[in-house]
Amino acid sequence: MDPIALHYDVSGTDFTCAGEASGKIKKALKELGFPTSITRNVAIAVYEGEINMVIHGGGGVIDAEITPECISITLTDQGPGIPDVSLAMQEGYSTAPDNVRQLGFGAGMGLPNIKKYTDEMVIETEVGKGTTIKLKVFVK
Amino acid sequence: MDTYFHSVRLDKDKCRGCTNCIKRCPTQAIRVRNGKARIIKERCIDCGECIRVCPHHAKYASRDSLEQLDSYKYKIALPAPALYGQFNNLDDVNIILNALPSLGFDAVFEVSKAAELISDVTRLYLEKMNPPKPAISSACPAVVRLIRVCFPELIDNIILVNAPVEEAGRLARNRAVAKTGLKPEEIGVFFISPCPAKITSFKQPIGTDKSNIDGAIAINDIYPHLLKAMEKIDEHDELVALHESGVIGIGWATSGGEASGTLNDNALAADGIENCMKILEEVERGNLDSVDFIELNACQGGCVGGSLTAENPFIAKSRLMKLRKYSPVSCNRLPTKEIPSEMLCSVPIEPCDDVMKLADNVQEAMARMSRMEELLKTFPGLDCGTCGAPGCKALAEDVVRGFTTEHDCVFRARQELQDIENIENPEQLEKIIPAPFRETLKKD
Repeated sequence: MDPIALHYDVSGTDFTCAGEASGKIKKALKELGFPTSITRNVAIAVYEGEINMVIHGGGGVIDAEITPECISITLTDQGPGIPDVSLAMQEGYSTAPDNVRQLGFGAGMGLPNIKKYTDEMVIETEVGKGTTIKLKVFVK
Repeated sequence: MDTYFHSVRLDKDKCRGCTNCIKRCPTQAIRVRNGKARIIKERCIDCGECIRVCPHHAKYASRDSLEQLDSYKYKIALPAPALYGQFNNLDDVNIILNALPSLGFDAVFEVSKAAELISDVTRLYLEKMNPPKPAISSACPAVVRLIRVCFPELIDNIILVNAPVEEAGRLARNRAVAKTGLKPEEIGVFFISPCPAKITSFKQPIGTDKSNIDGAIAINDIYPHLLKAMEKIDEHDELVALHESGVIGIGWATSGGEASGTLNDNALAADGIENCMKILEEVERGNLDSVDFIELNACQGGCVGGSLTAENPFIAKSRLMKLRKYSPVSCNRLPTKEIPSEMLCSVPIEPCDDVMKLADNVQEAMARMSRMEELLKTFPGLDCGTCGAPGCKALAEDVVRGFTTEHDCVFRARQELQDIENIENPEQLEKIIPAPFRETLKKD
């Protein structure tokens, strides 16, 4: 059977739309009847990634590929890239500007949370070019 | 009893098949089929939105009448705190409580009294039981049902404490048994209700095996009778002091009252079913993990906004503010520092989300979702509701579930009509044109 493919554009300027794509992916997973724990993990990870795209990446695209065994998500932006991935993976490390922190974002938990809630996480990034994050959550 | 009891019902004679209710239902539980609305019982959470929005008053809540009191030897009225906000220029709650017996009740027990005890219990619960954060109140039955159907992963966040009305019913019956020596079943406990979802919760309880409430009288049913009885009470009459609750108890009638009753600053209150859903989505995302307590009321303004009230919720709220101004903060305290086990839910809350799944297994659900995507490409995306489903996606879902066909879409039908102009064979026409349009076409 062909996997279900979902595709979403994420705005880089509009905070009010942040969470829309992850919300739709979550809704699809609920409708497909995945266990609530799987749905929750995917939704939180994608939401964190989506917020990152808005704050840092200047927007981008989110693609989801769903099979009964695995949910794969690819988040792609053409933003500034991550100079030091291991530093960015540290809990609490944040480069978010003040105006973003005032909105309650930018606590430095984005990437660590994505890792925590997924089974596989691959970051491909190049400074000045952009970042692609590939996530996998396996359905046990 | 039917697995799904709902107090929210449809009066078919009044229903004109318009699309107002299907658009407003938060769980997409209504379809218009053959010109009449139909409630999908597995999805309905009895929030009463459709009752409020129906311009033809075709939606109603099943409730009890005052005649039902006759089935019991001893009858107790449990007035909801929202009742106190229904009357103009009321300066003493005792006038209501003294008037209720003339409508056939032997005793009155305020739900706001039990609410103050539940506020105490909630405080202890947050302190001692270490619930997952944010802890979500179980007081609004429509919200609990919403969580079961749409947010099953948040079930563990629900505070498993009795709702004030259940606690009031329990205490009132105990009090009556002690006073009269009657058997518990000879005593009738009736809630004066602003809320259809509460009525459902008595017939089909969540969190307990059997409700403590025997019947429910709608506030807007009892209102004219009560008003007359209250007018008969002379201002020189000696009123019996039956009012036993303060600011916290009465506060439960309006949004934010329950939250402030926890005396916890790290709390959040939201009202209106759409706002409740937005907050629950935030909880799902993990954005509210640092909040201790969340109060959610399906109705705008809180229980004063219930679809069975007589007065506008904002007016009622303003009156309650005035009414409780000089009241003590609270008149009821738990005698112990331990939560009495009888005040906790005795049965766990189970998810009820199967109805939202496209199929029993993921493979089949995926196949259906793919088919839905294909169908959606052929729908106009206007979410007009003319097909009887709340939107194009809902229609696609109904089609893949086998409840209807894509020919319900009038836009598609129009296109198809253009495409088949030259078809002469009537049988072929029958197949393609939706039933309501066949007659029209024949006339042409």
